[in-house]
Amino acid sequence: MGVAIEVTGLTKSFGSQKIWNDVTLTLPAGEISVMLGPSGTGKSVFLKTLVGLLKPDAGSIVINGDDLVTLKEHDLYEVRKLFGVLFQDGALFGSMNLYDNVAFPLREHTKKSESEVRRIVLEKMDLVGLSGAEDKLPGEISGGMRKRAGLARALVLDPEILLIDEPDSGLDPVRTSYINQLFIDLNAQIDATFLIVTHDINSTRTVPDNIGLLYHKHLAMFGPREMLLSSEEPVVRQFLNAQTIGPIGMSEEKDADELAAESGQELPPLPPIPLQLGTSDGRPRRAAKPAGEWCRAHGVTPPPGSFLSGNAGVPGVSQSVEVSTALGAAT
Amino acid sequence: MNVITGPVKQAGALFAMTLDILVALPKRPFQTKEFIQQCWFIASVTIVPTALVSIPFGAVIALQLGTLTRQLGAQSFTGAASVLAVVREASPIVTALLVAGAGGSAICADLGSRKIRDEIDAMEVLGISPIQRLVVPRVLACMLVAVLLNGLVSVVGVAGGYFFNVIIQGGTPGAYLASFTALAQLADLWTSEIKALLFGAVAAIVASYKGLTAGGGPKGVGDAVNQAVVITFMLLFVINFVVSAIYFQIVPQKV
Repeated sequence: MGVAIEVTGLTKSFGSQKIWNDVTLTLPAGEISVMLGPSGTGKSVFLKTLVGLLKPDAGSIVINGDDLVTLKEHDLYEVRKLFGVLFQDGALFGSMNLYDNVAFPLREHTKKSESEVRRIVLEKMDLVGLSGAEDKLPGEISGGMRKRAGLARALVLDPEILLIDEPDSGLDPVRTSYINQLFIDLNAQIDATFLIVTHDINSTRTVPDNIGLLYHKHLAMFGPREMLLSSEEPVVRQFLNAQTIGPIGMSEEKDADELAAESGQELPPLPPIPLQLGTSDGRPRRAAKPAGEWCRAHGVTPPPGSFLSGNAGVPGVSQSVEVSTALGAAT
Repeated sequence: MNVITGPVKQAGALFAMTLDILVALPKRPFQTKEFIQQCWFIASVTIVPTALVSIPFGAVIALQLGTLTRQLGAQSFTGAASVLAVVREASPIVTALLVAGAGGSAICADLGSRKIRDEIDAMEVLGISPIQRLVVPRVLACMLVAVLLNGLVSVVGVAGGYFFNVIIQGGTPGAYLASFTALAQLADLWTSEIKALLFGAVAAIVASYKGLTAGGGPKGVGDAVNQAVVITFMLLFVINFVVSAIYFQIVPQKV
């Protein structure tokens, strides 16, 4: 069973440059959360702060009753054993082949026999679709393969918390879908708490239980998927629907003139909320909630056509509500 | 303000890491494999350049001393002075230059590139201290190799001096060899080795520090290597002076 992470009042700056201010959120145990944000809003910094690699200026990060911020070095190493982290480029050890990379945490932290290590490593390599590539060095394989090998290494100690930094950058759409499916299946299997940092909207709309949005040096919103996807809040709405109309400009924030010029323009209607991705074998996921539950509970009317298909409202797929409704109803 | 606080912060962080290394030094399991690999690696990048540098270094000392002693009419002391100069000063300095320039830069580039590829972070997240795992074996390897290199430089330097003095300048082999121990004593060799040991440690610590704090992509690694070599050189010459000064205070000189 996963562990919750309670973040309170987290603030971080590099020198005089503020990264984000007063971030407060709770990553619920065993659920999948996605952290979104325009490029350069410190998503990766947030992730590194959560594992204690960077010290925040203020605030606390509580896991199992321990505050990571004030923890001693030695205890920090202990708490980190709960974590599996996938870095942007996989962060594999360049001097070891993939097999040794994946086996590394097992050899360091467990007293398992070499045959047992082999069994676990091959199982995880197979899980991420890298069977047969055990002898390759990280320099010899593509970025997507490195990422998947990094995921295998992060999974090998059965972590309680999985932090994943941009799983989809550098992956083709098919591999991205596979890796999203993998996250869902893994969550059903090991019940770990997931935090995925990304800016792929397709994944964001269908994969997580919760979505957070970092924008303009603070956490704009964090909550259940349906809450953000049905939100009228301009920043959330603009980002989740990949539009140019809204407060986010090419360079961080739009100025008053640009906003004034847009004021007459009507926003396109909110696209329908897609169904959440299910497990590949139809097994129920502990954290999954019935479609539309949050909307009903909070008296929010979801956009028309919601919860009918898995790819409704995905930019670039099909924006015609009627078609997707028809398809969703037919199948 | 930044002009003052910047270097002070750097010095403080460097010192803090030195303490971390001292704390991690006795921790088990000791990374024997990494230590041997690093010894071999540092030795392989430094041996040939060290030998090649020490031959002309010995020769130039012999040349200077040969001319000087002839003017003073003290040719019989050429060997004595040459050994003294090579063992006491030249060989630790040559060792320092090469350990810092070849060994230290390689360590810094290696750790720096790992840092920017997030490998170091990944290691910490996996619950393994990079100081204990990577830095300690490198510092120890660098110290060992520096001590051994210092011996090599002394031998090659003295041999170079002998060749230059006896074969080229026409000195007498007997006088050169017989005067070897006229001025130099065993304590000189010990001091020389202690210097080399310190130089090796400082070169490796500065290189590791700069490597582990590298940032800003591939260019950051290049900058880190550059700074590591420059800082190491400055520190090494200061340490060399201090150790020499202490040596003259505590070891009685011959005659």
